[in-house]
Amino acid sequence: MTTATPERSPVPDVSGRLTVTRALSLLGGVPFLGWLLGGLAAVLAEYLFGLPLALALGLRRIPVLFGFEVMLKAPRYIPGTLVYLVLVYLIPAALVALATARVTDTLAARLLRSPALSMVVHLALLYASIHLWCGLSDYRYLVGRLALIAVMLTLSLNVVNGYMGEFSCSHPGFMALGAYTASVLTVLFFVEDDVFGAPLLPPALGPFFFPLALVAGGLVAALGALAVAIPSFRARGDYLGVITLAFTFVVKSLFENLEIVGGPRGFMNQPNWAGLPTVFAWTVVCIAVINNFVRSTLGKALNAVRDGEIAAEAMTVDTRRTKIVAFLFAAFWAGVAGGLFAHVVSYINPATFGVQKLAEVLAMVYFGGLNSVIGSIAGGLGLTLFSEALRPLEVWKWVIIPVLLVFVMANRPTGLIAFREFDVMKLLGPRRGRKEGSQNVSAQG
Amino acid sequence: MAYLLQHVVNALQWGSFYALIALGYSMVYSVLMLFNFAHGDIFMVGAYIGLFVATGLLALGSAGAVALPNWAVLVLTLILAMALTSVVGMLVERVGYRPLRRAPRASAALTGLMIGITFETLNLALLGAKRRSFPALIETTSYQVAGVSITNTKIMIVVISLLLMLALDQFVRRTKWGMAMRAMAVDIFVVPLMGVPINTMAALTFALGSGLAAVAGVFFGQAYPVLEPYMGMLVGWKAFVAAILGGRGSVLGAALAGFLLGFIEIFVAVVFPSTLRDLIAYSVILLILTFRPYGFFGEPYSARLRL
Repeated sequence: MTTATPERSPVPDVSGRLTVTRALSLLGGVPFLGWLLGGLAAVLAEYLFGLPLALALGLRRIPVLFGFEVMLKAPRYIPGTLVYLVLVYLIPAALVALATARVTDTLAARLLRSPALSMVVHLALLYASIHLWCGLSDYRYLVGRLALIAVMLTLSLNVVNGYMGEFSCSHPGFMALGAYTASVLTVLFFVEDDVFGAPLLPPALGPFFFPLALVAGGLVAALGALAVAIPSFRARGDYLGVITLAFTFVVKSLFENLEIVGGPRGFMNQPNWAGLPTVFAWTVVCIAVINNFVRSTLGKALNAVRDGEIAAEAMTVDTRRTKIVAFLFAAFWAGVAGGLFAHVVSYINPATFGVQKLAEVLAMVYFGGLNSVIGSIAGGLGLTLFSEALRPLEVWKWVIIPVLLVFVMANRPTGLIAFREFDVMKLLGPRRGRKEGSQNVSAQG
Repeated sequence: MAYLLQHVVNALQWGSFYALIALGYSMVYSVLMLFNFAHGDIFMVGAYIGLFVATGLLALGSAGAVALPNWAVLVLTLILAMALTSVVGMLVERVGYRPLRRAPRASAALTGLMIGITFETLNLALLGAKRRSFPALIETTSYQVAGVSITNTKIMIVVISLLLMLALDQFVRRTKWGMAMRAMAVDIFVVPLMGVPINTMAALTFALGSGLAAVAGVFFGQAYPVLEPYMGMLVGWKAFVAAILGGRGSVLGAALAGFLLGFIEIFVAVVFPSTLRDLIAYSVILLILTFRPYGFFGEPYSARLRL
């Protein structure tokens, strides 16, 4: 059976509604590769014509975050910004994506024969777009990296809160452990510092050792996670929630009392090695590893523990091992994210890793969706960008975001994109002919 | 010795705040099996409502309209703050918890957290970041008993808090409403079949807890007359920890754990530098919960089969 493509549709398009469905199905025929190409075209358009166009439309500079901040600050710029958005983003992206749909679709099908190559091509395109987009302003460069780090944090918290179904509040603590460990290592070895003295190794080697420092941060965070993983054998639910919360407070006040890392004043001088490529690479690795982890046997064991611990035990799931692995794994990635965060902002203090951070990360997890990698990506990126976009509202930003979240929770209690498997091969594959392809497979089987 | 006793008095006062707030957490938990994470901020709202009522009444007095004696102002402030904060509590239940009654519990916890943040930020946005001082409603006189100075404010705070806890305990044990609340704690699915209006009961629980939080807020304003938007977060989280430490849903446990937390904090500050207060207090809690994960009066966790 073949799916009826719109071109072959026997019903003539008469009503407006049909045109809309037709347009939508046309868009549905564009593979991910096509969208990446479209995105690249939009970003390229902005790179080439962005500034002159913005000036011609009466704006003073390129709208940084999709024009939100301009429109909120000065309503008189709204029409100009909207036109800019349509001309620079919407039209090039849609045109290129639609025009190349057939080519990209066949290309996607070809590429899929070697999944590794397909992955590299997609990631290269994605990175090119992000690089161009972030390269246009320092602010975007910062926000882009912070958003990617938020994705790592959200994803790792989702392993415990979504996949294992516990309510863990210890993520700011893990993040702080990772951030301080990585910072101390890089500053100790590669930076001239008041406390730690002259660098022990030539600074030129630094960027090569940076991943090691991050991994060390992750390992320390995982070690700290034992403090919550072991009580989790006996305590569940709310008690575990409080244990993890107490852990966060203990870590925070531990660093407040450690004078060698600056105490409450904070710790600075981290070298700025966490550029966009580094953060992007770590995020991709994190997504890949966590996505594989949650789809593995161990990942399914997490779900089993969540849905019924006794039943899981009866089905030969080693619940203790599962819990410990989940906590240590999540903590490791939170630690790595913390290390990256410290080197992005080049300054950390204990107050950064408090209840505010906890509320932020929890919001991202539950907003994006429990038990879902794609939901965490959406939640981390979406909420970071959204909260940056609302920055002109100052205090009111933190009224709007929580109210919005309460609304989302009331209507979709598990988040926007919850309980969805993230099938990379399906995402990278072609759109047309997928059904025939799957039928062939089933016919062979 | 007198020095130690002095700190015992301080710890009793500090513990009263924790206990009063912890009771709110614990009651909501026992009825709905949910923690109301907005409760710390309801305490903050209660303190601010008390502040406005008290200043308003004092202003009325100085304008010559109705001159009330200060003790009457305090009583009126307490009653009005309790009533108004109860309304706020019921509103939180209606908006944040009722729609999520069948949702995963963590989602409801997050909703509460978000409502709390909304309160804090609204306060910041509407009233500004400046701290406000609570008018002193009773003149402080201190009595010297065996070398320990005890102020009448402290006596009042501790005694009234204890009386309120006792009253709550009697309410839960002796009245029909209290019985309904205890029944809901046992089985929330069967109770509606027995004709108990669970939505009304949930609202009542929130109202009671918020009323107690308002009392804590007004007293806090009397003892430490500086209010700021984030006070609820600081005190509220600790009271939450106390509620857990006491054993979930246990009124007695929450009250005791509140006082215990007050004692730990005050005495840690006596023996060690005060910057270590949180570190040691939370480490002790972490240890207690590791070895007694269900708190003092809670039931041990049993992985019951959920059908």
